[in-house]
Amino acid sequence: MVENIKRSLGVMVWFVFLSFPFLAVRVNTLKGEVEWRWLNLLWVAIAAFVLSLVWRWALARRNRGGRPGERAGDTPAVWHQRLFADPRIRRSSIGLIGVAALLFPVITDSYQINIMVLALIFVVLGLGLNITVGLAGLLDLGYVAFFAVGAYSYAILNTRFDLGFWVCLPIGGLIGMLFGVLLGFPILRLRGDYLAIVTLGFGSIAKIVAENWEGLTNGARGIAGIDRPGLFGLEMTISTATIYTYYLMIALVLLTIFTTNRLKDSRIGRAWIALREDEIACVAMGIDMARTKLSAYALGAFWAGLVGVVFAARNTYIHPNSFTFMESAIVLSIVVLGGMGSIIGVIIAALVLILMPEYLRAVAEYRMLVFGAVMVLMMIFRPEGLIANVRKSYRHSSPKAEAGHGR
Amino acid sequence: MELEKFLGYFMSGLTRGSIYALIALGYTMVYGIIQLINFAHGEIYMIGAFVALIVAGVLTIYGFSGVSILVLAALVAMIYAAAYGYTLERIAYRPLRNAPRLSALISAIGMSLFLQNYVLLAQTPDFLRFPQLIPEFTFMRPISHIMGEAELVILVTSALSMIGLTLLINYTRVGKAMRATQQDMVMARLAGVDVDRVISTTFVIGSVLAAIGGVLVGSYIGQINFYIGFTAGIKAFTAAVLGGIGNIPGAALGGLVLGLAESLAAGYISSAYEDVFAFGVLVLILILRPSGLLGRAVKQKV
Repeated sequence: MVENIKRSLGVMVWFVFLSFPFLAVRVNTLKGEVEWRWLNLLWVAIAAFVLSLVWRWALARRNRGGRPGERAGDTPAVWHQRLFADPRIRRSSIGLIGVAALLFPVITDSYQINIMVLALIFVVLGLGLNITVGLAGLLDLGYVAFFAVGAYSYAILNTRFDLGFWVCLPIGGLIGMLFGVLLGFPILRLRGDYLAIVTLGFGSIAKIVAENWEGLTNGARGIAGIDRPGLFGLEMTISTATIYTYYLMIALVLLTIFTTNRLKDSRIGRAWIALREDEIACVAMGIDMARTKLSAYALGAFWAGLVGVVFAARNTYIHPNSFTFMESAIVLSIVVLGGMGSIIGVIIAALVLILMPEYLRAVAEYRMLVFGAVMVLMMIFRPEGLIANVRKSYRHSSPKAEAGHGR
Repeated sequence: MELEKFLGYFMSGLTRGSIYALIALGYTMVYGIIQLINFAHGEIYMIGAFVALIVAGVLTIYGFSGVSILVLAALVAMIYAAAYGYTLERIAYRPLRNAPRLSALISAIGMSLFLQNYVLLAQTPDFLRFPQLIPEFTFMRPISHIMGEAELVILVTSALSMIGLTLLINYTRVGKAMRATQQDMVMARLAGVDVDRVISTTFVIGSVLAAIGGVLVGSYIGQINFYIGFTAGIKAFTAAVLGGIGNIPGAALGGLVLGLAESLAAGYISSAYEDVFAFGVLVLILILRPSGLLGRAVKQKV
């Protein structure tokens, strides 16, 4: 214990030293003034002391392998699995969520609905990226490029050629998909980290092109006056249009969940997971690597293009700055936080990450700081995410297997 | 006239390139040893530049002047960058040493976001004017239209740093341990090398180089903000890949090639698409020669 406190005191001194120039000093080089903020150092000292104790305790626990009493290698069913194993609870909770989702616009105002639409857009983005990163294990740091492609294709088709929302929705998805394949081709042979950087490059290129191709994208001024989603030419007020967009997004989310769920269990989905686990073994088993990777890219990009269209229609105005690396990072943290490959996890993570800063204005500033810290902590302490993805397992019902290990 | 314009672009490309090279060395050294893209390396460079700015600002206000500020600011920046690099490795990478590589990469991205926003919140989101630290040399006057003082200082400093690094790696005990760890971590450990310490040392050296780059860029461009590390980091990584990642002379060469390509493309084609050229070069290299200019192809063992 004394040893522990001594070490934490050391850590405390170290962090006070580290944060000194950033938190205690602020210089104004233009006016030639220095502002000293000594109080901040006190907070740093306290936080560093406490956190280092927690940190060491958590690391020790992790290295022991979970809570005391649990045997290593024996993964017990987690609470949500146990809860949802009961079909009655499962059915009633799905029903409850469904009713809440349907009634949401009735009990709230259009500001809330608008935020919820954005959160739902990120749910679809998360599920789409989940295909590429979570299932196929291809780290994509430029996912926002496909989102931008979808949004810009609707914006351009709508403002220049007067095409409607419903025509453009599939077009946006398909153009996204096309870009997914186009970008996927050159980088098929790249391994994990190279892939990450190249996709990051593609993401930045998309934004630079949107900023500079005045003729097509209207450059940094953005495109305004995009139509909201229509319904057989019906005239709608802004608030009905918002409610309409909300239900549309609910339908889209359901479609995405259904499709990605089916995809996950399909032949191609299994090929993705196999590719993620071991590329060489997977290719040796006769899986076409190029086709599998490209399909993962294309299907991931499809959803981004699709909701890109909805995003443009919701905002009625788009701008290159809506498609920065930050958006890619947010979607990636949704996937990581939710548990790679887990659909429920991704939905919960998207709702939490998008809604939390909207409702807690005070923390909005700290959002990216917290995201960064959470990404690191998740990787160290809970790499499987909030809701771990449960592999399908088959059980023998013979008493012998029952007595031994079930999975 | 045409030649002078070309020389101007060439010099600015060379200057930019040598800074990319300084940062790229940090990437390449870390990658060579633990096969991790230290995504937060650009942030260390930004932190170096910020500390230098803060120190220089405070010293100017308290009446110091001239070269003493430059030296003190650079020194403190290097110490802080080293401290941040060391802490970064301890917190975000060491617990993940045996984890899948994707985990370590995501942790690195998280750290990069964290450090960016830490500086943003603790200091300012605006651009800060970097004080003019580099003195004027009278002997530079005849060629001042091609090459400024800052450019000369950058070229000389980065050349010296690279020579120093080469000597360190080839002729010292630490360098030998680093090379051993790079070749085979398990074997190095068996032979008595303290691998964890070697990795920490690598992070510290890389961070010091990045801080030198940060101070130089600050005085060259004249303003910095919390975001400079991100772009510079990506460019430097491109340079490292271009030269063959894990290869130290390669990183230097890659940096220079990238800087020149960017500067010439910006000068003769269009400056708005400067970054697109950089990434275009990266993609082309990875497709045509995935092991980089000087790298050797890595055979994958099963």
